Amino acid sequence: MLDLSLIWAGIIAFGVLMYVVMDGFDLGIGILFPFFPNQPERDVMMNTVAPVWDGNETWMVLGGAGLFAAFPLVYSAVLSALYLPIILMVVALIFRGVAFEIRFKANRTKHLWDMAFIGGSIATALLQGIILGAYIQGITIVDQRFAGGAFDWLTPFSLFTGLGVLVAYAALGCGWLILKTSKELQNDMYRLMPKLALALLVIFGIVSLWTPFNNPTIAERWFSMPQFFYFLPVPILVLWSTYAIWRACQKQQQARPFIYALFMFFIAFSGFIISLWPMIIPPSITIWDAAAPRSSQAFALVGTAILVPVILAYTALSYWVFRGKIHVGSEGYH
Amino acid sequence: MTLGLTALELARIQFAFTVSFHIIFPAITIGLASFLAVLEGSWLRTKNPVYRDLYFFWIKIFAVAFGMGVVSGVVMSYQFGTNWSEFSRIAGGVTGPLLAYEVITAFFLEAGFLGIMLFGWNKVGPKLHFFATLMVAIGTCISTFWILSSNSWMQTPQGFAIENGRIVPVDWWAIVFNPSFPYRLAHMLVAAFLVSALLVAGAGAWHLLKGRHDALIKKTFSMALWLIAILAPLQAFIGDQHGLNTLKYQPAKLAAIEGHWETNKDESMELLLFGFPDMQAETTHYKLGIPYLGSLLLVHSLEGEVKGLKEFAPEDRPNSLIVFWSFRIMVGFGLLMILLGVLSLYLRYKNQLFDSKNFHRFAFLMGGSGFISLLAGWVTTEVGRQPWVVYGVLRTKDALSPVSAEQVGLTLIIFVVVYCVVFGVGIYYMLKLLNQGPQPLALDQQSGGPGHFKTPMRPVTAADDAPVDNSEPQDASTDPASNSNTDPRKLPSDEER
Repeated sequence: MLDLSLIWAGIIAFGVLMYVVMDGFDLGIGILFPFFPNQPERDVMMNTVAPVWDGNETWMVLGGAGLFAAFPLVYSAVLSALYLPIILMVVALIFRGVAFEIRFKANRTKHLWDMAFIGGSIATALLQGIILGAYIQGITIVDQRFAGGAFDWLTPFSLFTGLGVLVAYAALGCGWLILKTSKELQNDMYRLMPKLALALLVIFGIVSLWTPFNNPTIAERWFSMPQFFYFLPVPILVLWSTYAIWRACQKQQQARPFIYALFMFFIAFSGFIISLWPMIIPPSITIWDAAAPRSSQAFALVGTAILVPVILAYTALSYWVFRGKIHVGSEGYH
Repeated sequence: MTLGLTALELARIQFAFTVSFHIIFPAITIGLASFLAVLEGSWLRTKNPVYRDLYFFWIKIFAVAFGMGVVSGVVMSYQFGTNWSEFSRIAGGVTGPLLAYEVITAFFLEAGFLGIMLFGWNKVGPKLHFFATLMVAIGTCISTFWILSSNSWMQTPQGFAIENGRIVPVDWWAIVFNPSFPYRLAHMLVAAFLVSALLVAGAGAWHLLKGRHDALIKKTFSMALWLIAILAPLQAFIGDQHGLNTLKYQPAKLAAIEGHWETNKDESMELLLFGFPDMQAETTHYKLGIPYLGSLLLVHSLEGEVKGLKEFAPEDRPNSLIVFWSFRIMVGFGLLMILLGVLSLYLRYKNQLFDSKNFHRFAFLMGGSGFISLLAGWVTTEVGRQPWVVYGVLRTKDALSPVSAEQVGLTLIIFVVVYCVVFGVGIYYMLKLLNQGPQPLALDQQSGGPGHFKTPMRPVTAADDAPVDNSEPQDASTDPASNSNTDPRKLPSDEER
């Protein structure tokens, strides 16, 4: 018999990864906004993602709906445990999404929409990082229900991971903008990118040491023999990609800084999965404990298996249609 | 922060508030997406520029509504987990897959093709662009399909078993196509089309009243009124059929809607036009009714048994006062919509559709009535199924998350403030766009110049450049960005496409 829970865990991991890289770079643009006060440059930055941000954000909805369908216990327990940060995050997303629609139209109030875009992007990234940190630290579950306090999620560790996700998204956004812009704006991004990559390396390092320090099971996973050697490529590849980003910026390569940043993200994400597997609500609920009834998982899987490739195809079509650079002072897409 | 209310009451208020705000936007996008598909299809078929110009006007309204629908929808998709985690834990096996299907069949379809629809006019060929518009329109309808299936299952659940205190799906066909689903889906889709048609007709009427009588205004006004003339009576028929279905599966809801306390056997039932149902006294005060009409409408004969509210235990009764009135508000506006449609046919026959000021005033005033009816209808069906969240299976009070009243109260206040500010501004922009109205493209060819075609960035963008509106200062020297504000009205010549 197929292990549907395993397949679903894979699908959700894929959806979350798609979300963090895709919405990651467009949130990153909002995070980088404060460094570029010049309005035409801001227009270009926003135009690079205007046609695709909506599709990017949909991966988050897929993550939520996938959890709801395949692991309703996770959906109910984790969301009620992280009640305040999740609601604040969706509120931040409101400001950002509406800013996309209205900023270009506003004249007198344009600076207010800039602030909504910046604030919404930064708050979303911070809160997602806080949610990540709180999740890694573990959620108190008694009898299938959340049994902790309203502020369990607020710890120094979760605040630090919040900062980490903020920097990570900024780096992705910076890489994306190198790909999509030209001239001065692109040069600024070339200068910024290595700094962000280095900051990210430091943050990954601290999180990688702090996590096992807090959690003996994770320490055991990484530091006992012979797993240590199996998992050694993870930190090495993170180091290598930081170097690769730096070199690509030195050589002023167009696409590579972004590609290496994506690669770095992918490796960090695999490290996260290695740490938690097979727990879906750390520290004690596995993917099999939290599974929906088999009939639910099977029903939802049929549609997902058929349609996700189709979704990927037309997402690719959209990116293909809007390929190419956006220039300062141009009217956008020609 | 608790406002003196319990966590349950606050969570219910929060859900009602966020979902009521949310539904406004999908209702516009469902109707307008299909309208846009018809406009673009007509443009491709006839090459009549009126259709293209209307497309480029209504897509701006659509874009704002879509953006607000997405962000308010994300809130909804997480609220089941944050505020109603027991519902998610117990019923997630059924509701989860239905919502997952909505995301993979509809949400992505809309989001994936929206970019091409809004920004791709000059990037892709006309056929692919039309295809994108069609996909977005179909996506909105598929979305309605799954959401209504999920909602209808909660109203008339079947096809499941209960194991270890959790609902386990047994027969997915029975779950998706549950007894009330076909009626509810038809009722909601037609409602969304009516909401949009009334909005479009209302905007057309506004410009006719202001003295514009050009082809764009006439076409938009006329198309919308055709739709209203057909759909408003159809909606009354669907609503009637839906009522019969409710009588069969949710008799307590129906009794509450009618303010009907005593079961009538072998005698006729009157239809109350007015009254104040009193849940404590178990009676309806100040009744004003029409004899026989209740029986005629509900059982389609002069007499027939209709269960009264007293047949149900007090803790199983929905609040009759609320649903009695919300239902009458919905139906009252529905009847006015039918009147609007009939009048439009009469005036069309007399060739006075674009001349009767009083009719234009009426159509303008009816512009927002679709929203009122829509919300009143949802209040009726949702309050009417209380105290159950899954009818007869799970009570609303047992569906709540283990959260404190302080948390729910705090987030409720945040939602109220943010929604009023953000969506208030969004609605203001939509009204501003409507006030400017559609413009023929030829008018501003001079500002683009030959060979210098600007393409749509955000369709909203053009609002400030329209000649009819000078309420905001337009100073290009202090606001360099206004140059890069691109204008969907400046299009390539027809030969280029």
